[in-house]
Amino acid sequence: MDATTLLIGLAGVLASSAPIVVAVIGETLTERAGVINLSINGTLLLSAMGSFAVAVTTGSVVLGFLGGAAIGAAIALVLAFGSITLRQSQVAIGFVLALFCRDLSYFLGNSYMGQKGPRLSVHPIPLLEDIPVLGTLLFRHDILTYLSFILIFAASWWIFRTRQGLMVRAVGERAEAAFARGARVNLTRYVYTALGGALVGVAGPMFSLSVKAGWKGTISGLDGLGWIVLAIVIFGAWSPVRGALGAYLFGLLQWLSVLLQPHLQQIPSQVLQVAPFPLMILTLLLVNIGNAEWVERVLAALPAPSRRLATRVLRSLRVVSPSSLGVPFQRD
Amino acid sequence: MSRPGLSESRPRIAAINAGMQMGALALAFLLTTAILLFAGAPPLAAYREIAAGAVGSFDSFSNVLVAWVPLLLAAAGVLVTFAAGLWNIGVEGQIVMGAVFTTWVLRLLQESGVPPAVAIIVAMLAGMIGGGLWAALAGVLRTFGGVNEIFGGLGLNFVATALTLWLIFGPWKRPGVGSMSGTEPFPEEFGLPTVAGSRLSLWSLGLGIFAVIIIYVLLERTHFGLRLRAVGLNHKAAFLLGVPTWQYGLVAFVFCGGLAGLAGGVQVTGVYHRLIPSISSGYGFLGLMIAMLILYRAVWLAPVALFFAAVNIGSIQLPIVLKLDSTLSGVLQGTLVLLVLLVEGARQRYLKKLRAKVPPAPGTGHSPRPPAAAALPASGAVIIDGSGED
Repeated sequence: MDATTLLIGLAGVLASSAPIVVAVIGETLTERAGVINLSINGTLLLSAMGSFAVAVTTGSVVLGFLGGAAIGAAIALVLAFGSITLRQSQVAIGFVLALFCRDLSYFLGNSYMGQKGPRLSVHPIPLLEDIPVLGTLLFRHDILTYLSFILIFAASWWIFRTRQGLMVRAVGERAEAAFARGARVNLTRYVYTALGGALVGVAGPMFSLSVKAGWKGTISGLDGLGWIVLAIVIFGAWSPVRGALGAYLFGLLQWLSVLLQPHLQQIPSQVLQVAPFPLMILTLLLVNIGNAEWVERVLAALPAPSRRLATRVLRSLRVVSPSSLGVPFQRD
Repeated sequence: MSRPGLSESRPRIAAINAGMQMGALALAFLLTTAILLFAGAPPLAAYREIAAGAVGSFDSFSNVLVAWVPLLLAAAGVLVTFAAGLWNIGVEGQIVMGAVFTTWVLRLLQESGVPPAVAIIVAMLAGMIGGGLWAALAGVLRTFGGVNEIFGGLGLNFVATALTLWLIFGPWKRPGVGSMSGTEPFPEEFGLPTVAGSRLSLWSLGLGIFAVIIIYVLLERTHFGLRLRAVGLNHKAAFLLGVPTWQYGLVAFVFCGGLAGLAGGVQVTGVYHRLIPSISSGYGFLGLMIAMLILYRAVWLAPVALFFAAVNIGSIQLPIVLKLDSTLSGVLQGTLVLLVLLVEGARQRYLKKLRAKVPPAPGTGHSPRPPAAAALPASGAVIIDGSGED
């Protein structure tokens, strides 16, 4: 493989990972405020289908994306209403929504299957696209991919560098303390759940109107990605930058599996398709095992030099979740 | 866990409870109808078609009963893990592994001269072991690796499906070429005896009903069940009271996996007589939905599971008759569970307000339970950090 092919391949990885990046950042924002939106898998499918239907009917890609965002926000608001106002388990409602929205997307999308629809066009950025290497890599994409680059840094700045972001983190970490300092805990959670849902709702059309243009029902290849997104959020330690890295890593591995497929004839393609899932478990194991009590006991028994090394490795991988994640807040 | 009628004996509250639950059903029906109208489909014709497809003939109703059995087993299983505050989403993969183990043992025994009856029993026990092991893996990942059981279980579901496909297209492929139709069918004597002219086996029906009774007694009438629910409701308190919490969690996983594995075994020995790619048919996820719909009370399991089975079987003909996608069954079931959960929340909220206004009458006096203790708080509280062990 020569350098140009490699470069174009890597640019493709950046573009095909863009929806995952946006969805990961959306869910990261939601979880930072202390709410788990488990419905991502259904939200991605329903917004992909719904936005495609809107785009086909109106002929407008922009309306398609707006429709996707509205669908994502609406689903998130159902979750927020059920878990914040009605105090039901976030996991239960999120899980039901995940299944319900998936089936709904297949049911309603039946008549749009295989139709030809509009898709997002590529807009190379003048001048910047001519920069050697970086031009091909970063500046020959569609608008949403550029936005995904910007979103990574914007979200990171918002969460870690602004007063609003500080408040969101406080709501997700110590809801009572944040409330005592004047934060409107449940309102914040509503807003960030809807915002995160809207971003996931934009990720859907990034598939159906761009990366995997069209709607093909159960063979659209989107089912399951939402669960990966949730795992990447954990891998990313609830940080937009690390989460985006996780998403790119996932995209890179998928690209590699496509490249390697011809050399791995004896492995059926169905097996390679599920390879991300054992990897997901392994990754979660690596980032969580440092928190386990028995690991500390084993480490303590090791001789000093290897203990220091093992501790350092585990600590650099370890993630700790926002401590109020999934815990309902009650003002009394 | 909220038990209407047990803590509040006043008839007014009972009426509110009943009214709101009926309201949830009516709302679910309205929403589904709206979705059908939105899709441009005739709602009445769709409902009539589902009903006819489910109970229109002996043939269709026997198919409903065939689908009822794995739903009973899976839902009974997840009631155990729910009681321990665990989200066993891996139940789907546990059904698959049960089917894989059952097929494996039947393949070994069918040439060995062992009487078929013995072979079937051993194979189904192997299925229980397979499901139990797969569940134990999710449990160990959670307990010792800090991997939340939702993600562990979900990943293992996909792995189990991939394993099935690999077996069907690889080592267990039909003579000639492997295909999506599954492995070579077993001879007739290696299947459970069925009622003449149907796929319904009274043996598997008995197993399903027996499992529900066992789980009801286990959870509601034994010391073990009480302690298990203590673990689920308040992990820390149960630990401080001397309940070995993570051990109870693992036992719950294995219990559920065993029942799910049995469901997989029933699908192989009673229904398909071979291993097929979609052997679990989504019954594991449906079992979770049923458990949520009945608000984790085992008494309601059998009738609700029967309804779910009827909706599933009734929807099969929809694409042919009305050109509607058969996922309408999932839409209907999802709407129902979602609205029951939401209305349950509204009910708790309303009753809390009512209690705050009216001080409890003497004799029935108890402090109102915080709503957080009502709907499985433990699973909500410990999710993600997964630090199940103390």
